Amino acid sequence: MKGFRFVLAGLIFGIIMVKSEAASWYRIQEMFRFQSFHMYGIIGTAVTLGTLAVYLIKRFRINDSEGNAIVLNDKDKGWKKYIIGGLVFGLGWALTGACPGPMFVNIGYGYITMIIVVAGALLGTYLYGLLKSRLPH
Amino acid sequence: MLEFLKQPWPWYISGISIAAVMVVLLYFGKSFGFSSNLKTLCTIAGAGKKVSFFDFEWKTQKWNLLFLIGSILGGIISANLLKSDAPLQLSPATINDLSAVGVHFDGQLNPEQLYGMHALSIKNLLLLLTGGLLVGFGSRYAGGCTSGHAISGLSNLQLPSLLVVIGFFAGGLIMTHLLLPLFF
Repeated sequence: MKGFRFVLAGLIFGIIMVKSEAASWYRIQEMFRFQSFHMYGIIGTAVTLGTLAVYLIKRFRINDSEGNAIVLNDKDKGWKKYIIGGLVFGLGWALTGACPGPMFVNIGYGYITMIIVVAGALLGTYLYGLLKSRLPH
Repeated sequence: MLEFLKQPWPWYISGISIAAVMVVLLYFGKSFGFSSNLKTLCTIAGAGKKVSFFDFEWKTQKWNLLFLIGSILGGIISANLLKSDAPLQLSPATINDLSAVGVHFDGQLNPEQLYGMHALSIKNLLLLLTGGLLVGFGSRYAGGCTSGHAISGLSNLQLPSLLVVIGFFAGGLIMTHLLLPLFF
């Protein structure tokens, strides 16, 4: 089954989120209080290596597993939606200690109440869709 | 091997692994971005009938939903096969600060005080629901979350993603230092 590789990639991602403790409310608090290098080390390493990988993919025009060129789309222009959206996200991230991936990882880990956070996130996503045309972008 | 994996991973191993997940998804012809799943789930629930934002061919995102299912399984495996017996090594300064605002450090991944089933009160329910709502609303407004912007976007040197990360910190600092003390 072709989809299995995505399940496997997600499974590994879930293990990384727990073992790195990036899925920990406490670690997110520690990050926003600048009291440990831990989260900065994780994100810094990931972005440094990610930048190198993306550069090499473009430089050597590497194809994906199907033989098609790997395309990385540029984000849309603008700044309001990025700053305001990011700020709203940050408020929720520091409160729940969970960004969208770790919400689901934590449900698997046994934090059943994280389902409430997911319900809130779905509601928030729906509200954005509903209000999109009235918001500054 | 299992014993090695059971310990909390050092930041560099974690960072390398996250970059690897991003590259593997690119190799599969996809781009790493978790919060799109929230939009897809709204579409599957029928949101596209009323709001055009959700009217899209969700099957193009089936791979990402499989990734989501995998991430839940990863959580289950971590809790059952890879759990470390040692408490989380949180900075003593953070333990003190949290204690000062009324959050007790229990050495787990998340505070029982907020996430424990027995601690589920109207207050916690509202905090978790509101926090989730902000994350969901913000990630769609910004067009992505930590994976799509902070990891994928910054790796592709996207200025918008840097703006989003600045926004993450502005919001995170306001919540942590100004609002959180009011809630506990």
